[in-house]
Amino acid sequence: MFDIDKWQEIFSTIQKNKLRTFLTGFSVAWGIFMLIVLLGSGKGLENGIHSNFDADAANSIWIFPGQTSIPYKGIQPGKYVRFTNEDYERLKREIKNLERISSRYDIRGNDLISYKNEYGSFGINTIHPDMEFIENSFPIKGRFINNIDIEKSRKVAVIGDLVDEALFKNGKSPIGEYIKIKGIPFKVVGVYSENSNNDGERRRVYIPISTAQMIFDGGNRVNNIALSVKDMTLDESKQFEEKLKASFAANHNFDKEDDRAIFIRNNQENIKEFQNAFQGIRLFIWVIGIGTIIAGIVGVSNIMIIVVKERTKEIGIRKAIGATPWSIVSSILQESILITSFAGYIGLVLGVALMEIIAKNVPADSMMFKNPEIDMSVAISATILLIISGTFAGYIPARRAAKIKPVVALRDE
Amino acid sequence: MYRLFRNNSLYSIINLFMIELKGLHKSYITGNNKLHVLKGLDLIIEQGELVSVMGSSGSGKSTLLNVLGILDSYDEGYYKLNNTLMSNLTEKKAAHYRNNMIGFVFQSFNLISFKNAMENVALPLYYQGVSRKKRNQIALEYLDRMGLKEWADHMPNELSGGQMQRVAIARSMISKPKVILADEPTGALDSTTSLEVMDLFREINSSGITIIIVTHEKDISEKTDRIIYLKDGIIESEFISPRKVSETVGAYRN
Repeated sequence: MFDIDKWQEIFSTIQKNKLRTFLTGFSVAWGIFMLIVLLGSGKGLENGIHSNFDADAANSIWIFPGQTSIPYKGIQPGKYVRFTNEDYERLKREIKNLERISSRYDIRGNDLISYKNEYGSFGINTIHPDMEFIENSFPIKGRFINNIDIEKSRKVAVIGDLVDEALFKNGKSPIGEYIKIKGIPFKVVGVYSENSNNDGERRRVYIPISTAQMIFDGGNRVNNIALSVKDMTLDESKQFEEKLKASFAANHNFDKEDDRAIFIRNNQENIKEFQNAFQGIRLFIWVIGIGTIIAGIVGVSNIMIIVVKERTKEIGIRKAIGATPWSIVSSILQESILITSFAGYIGLVLGVALMEIIAKNVPADSMMFKNPEIDMSVAISATILLIISGTFAGYIPARRAAKIKPVVALRDE
Repeated sequence: MYRLFRNNSLYSIINLFMIELKGLHKSYITGNNKLHVLKGLDLIIEQGELVSVMGSSGSGKSTLLNVLGILDSYDEGYYKLNNTLMSNLTEKKAAHYRNNMIGFVFQSFNLISFKNAMENVALPLYYQGVSRKKRNQIALEYLDRMGLKEWADHMPNELSGGQMQRVAIARSMISKPKVILADEPTGALDSTTSLEVMDLFREINSSGITIIIVTHEKDISEKTDRIIYLKDGIIESEFISPRKVSETVGAYRN
């Protein structure tokens, strides 16, 4: 297969037919280039918009108490529903597919937090250890709140990386240091970060709920409960919501039809909507991408057919001189493979380069466009597809041309 | 045939046949019509002959040349080239014979437009697997013999008709064929150039290569040794050309 002389012959043919080579190459390079720009931009758009949302677990469900609005069993509307630790324990017992659960007690009053002479106002979240996975607040230094902290009501805190920046100047490690929350010292055991554009998500201080209830006179009060359940479809998730409401209605004496007694925020529903929108965008991009590829294939095929037609006479001459049909077919094919591969590679490189330039020049906190990654395997398979179709498109007319009797090929003037 | 029997042995007679046709038929089918072009040709051409084939258009002379050049197949009879039967050849085999046994010269030169004169001449050797350097060197030698050495790197469109035909002749000779088949080689040339080309053919012929020229010009055919007239697909008549006669007579006189 590898015959230097044959390649030299092919190169000299390519060199002397620059326009034809350029046209074939251009349609391939353009197809690949467009596909990459399209896929990359789509991904960038998706990443950009995605970063606007909380980085909370996609399947999290949040339950907040409210005020009854329907009379129930002789109780007038307007009763405040109060959650307690018992609700937390009950949900933990009752829900079969429970993945994570955490309750939270809101500390009243100001949320000023200090370290030595540095002050700042940050959100104080009192939580169970599972909150790490519901909020997707993963420690980048030290550890998260754990079960022993809860059991022993330890005065420990995990702070967001922006809190770390604000309170601990000159790059001092906060681990093991004491910060003061309402004047009470808490030992910092970890720093977390979140993959989110929303700074609020990274300006929080987590402390164990048991400690907060004990120190800040919470008793067994709980202000909200967050949980996540394993793999549910949207329908199952809605049914689950109903069941949850019924369970609270039974335990807190309110009508389960009362939609003001408790509030349930189901992230899965919200996210599903956006996912549907993204799926639409993705589908749209693929349709255009496939369209581009098909246009490329048609372009390459057209050019190959014309090239072979244009070369019919040359093929006739070569045959009269003693070329075998296979030597003709193989040289046309090798030529087309060479051109399409090279052009495909150029398109690939240019497309990736453009996306890199765009990625570098988009501001880091852009809300619309972020990390326009390209799925390389898709790009490479598209290139290979174009090469194969170009080859195939060239093969059929080349085979026919090689079969034509030289007389016929030489006849046309 | 009488000429052949003057030779010494049967063995040598058989050996001397370069081209042997017997009862050759060829028809073309276009749609529902069948066009019977060659209607039973018998022809023997010896090695080293310079033959011209004449005939009006439609007489079958081009078809004959295509069959002789293994560019086209035939229906009936047989065709032996250098004592080898040319029938039912695979494309590969046919290509091999064309490459090794036959050189072609066409009316429209049929040079490859994007190759220079030297590369065009060298092309048959490419299909014989001769290395680039060597075949270009040989091509230069042949161009030199044609007096075209300094035109070696010119493209065909930079050459005159006579020059192009000489390049084509060099190309037909480079693979050292047994037979050169020329289809109206002077058809696109003016009369002076035509005569030059014919002189060239005579010179090549004197080195022992059999040459068959299809033409409709009488003065061209008279430059050959033997003239075959085709009419309606059969050989109408056959002459030793006046030139050859006078040459032979002259030889006997001396």
